[in-house]
Amino acid sequence: MPESDKSFDKEGLGNILLVAISLCLVCAIVVSTAAVLLKPQQKLNQELDQKQNILRAAGMLPEDSNVDPQGRSVDELFSQFTVRAVDLRTGRFTDEVDPASYDPIKAAKDPARSMELSDTQDIATIGRRENVSLVYLKESEGGVDKLVIPVRGYGLWGTLYGYLAIEGDLSTVAGLGFYSQKETPGLGGEVDNPAWKAQWHGISLFDQSGKPAVRLVKSRSPEGSVAAGYEVDALSGATLTTRGVQDLVQFWTGDLGFGLFLENLKSTT
Amino acid sequence: MATPKEVLVDPIFNNNPIALQVLGICSALAVTVNMSTTLVMCAAVIFVTTLSNVAVSAVRNRVPTNIRIIVQMTIIASLVIVVDQVLQAVAYDISKSLSVFVGLIITNCIVMGRAEAFAMQNGPWLSALDGFGTALGYSVMLVGVALVREPLGSGSLMGFEILPRVTDGGWYPANGMMLLAPSAFFIIGLFIWAIRAWKKDQVEEADYEIAPNLQYREVM
Repeated sequence: MPESDKSFDKEGLGNILLVAISLCLVCAIVVSTAAVLLKPQQKLNQELDQKQNILRAAGMLPEDSNVDPQGRSVDELFSQFTVRAVDLRTGRFTDEVDPASYDPIKAAKDPARSMELSDTQDIATIGRRENVSLVYLKESEGGVDKLVIPVRGYGLWGTLYGYLAIEGDLSTVAGLGFYSQKETPGLGGEVDNPAWKAQWHGISLFDQSGKPAVRLVKSRSPEGSVAAGYEVDALSGATLTTRGVQDLVQFWTGDLGFGLFLENLKSTT
Repeated sequence: MATPKEVLVDPIFNNNPIALQVLGICSALAVTVNMSTTLVMCAAVIFVTTLSNVAVSAVRNRVPTNIRIIVQMTIIASLVIVVDQVLQAVAYDISKSLSVFVGLIITNCIVMGRAEAFAMQNGPWLSALDGFGTALGYSVMLVGVALVREPLGSGSLMGFEILPRVTDGGWYPANGMMLLAPSAFFIIGLFIWAIRAWKKDQVEEADYEIAPNLQYREVM
């Protein structure tokens, strides 16, 4: 032992407190320094990740790369989009919240900023729906080029979070992608399979009467028939994930989701 | 006293934390689906184990016996949080796929085990070697498991295709079980078998002997 003087009592109460307090201080400083210094970079990463997810859902960014085939970066591609807040109750744009800092999923947990869904309404099993959500609009001359909406719903093991990209006609799917899901790898996890996701491209969201009509089916109707336009292959061995995906697309394109907004947007453009 | 070389090299095969001590299994199952997450996890564990050993060893003469475990825990937890924060800043995608398992390094028995069993009794330099060596033993095992799981489960290694999968137009039907955590149990089991066949001294003595199935008449 290096400390040989009699006054030092390693097991005494004084030393216990001293060691405990100084250890806490040192550790707290180390941890908070790391957290504070790295915060800006982490925030950038999260934003970049979200942008990538949106661009991938819209089919503008390949799955395995951070640049599109023309070599444009994520930020460059994303600058074509404008983020707008939409009041889901009225289906109109709103300035109630700042789109840059607003988090719809957080708002859905706050009773003051969301509504509870009854069992019959809640087909996607999300519990509460936020009053205001965000949309990502890519405008071209004379109208909308692409519209990306956030979607979520319960699969088998947990909630799937993703983005649904809609073409400028506001009724055809441009793409669907999930950025967070807990489904069984190899079965329900195939929602991330690029080959399966590619089928979503060109699917019609609404039937003649304007109701959400997307269905995930075991065998698709003959090519060219009306029904085939609403159908995507189910995931084999993953009935509940398949049902969850169908329900969440129907919910978020329905009247409780972005249905009203899509109608309003259609009539204005 | 063990020589520095023994301290460093022994845990790799002679006293492997996973194969012989059977510690740290949970993360070995969870993060070995693909090689890149495995390597990051190994680097994180090497960092945490080495530094926590050094820190615990440096303060060992001041720490009262009554609170030594909580002191070790605090040091380890702080290091793990630092690692987690760094990963979120520099390797966001990998940190997402490692999710809770970086945080769970805190409860990895290997880290705590080395702090209590080695660093409390030895100097900082030797403790650093011990922490590094033990984490290296852990890493060798994890890399081995990932080396089997990623090619067989996803047909790739480090994200590069080596077995073209049927779903992508190749010939290899991917083995779905390799994507699930339990497959690592089988692989670790096979590794333990291989190591014990090579190093006979690691074979444990049987606790009891299983009696043969006897016919009624023989018993009488």
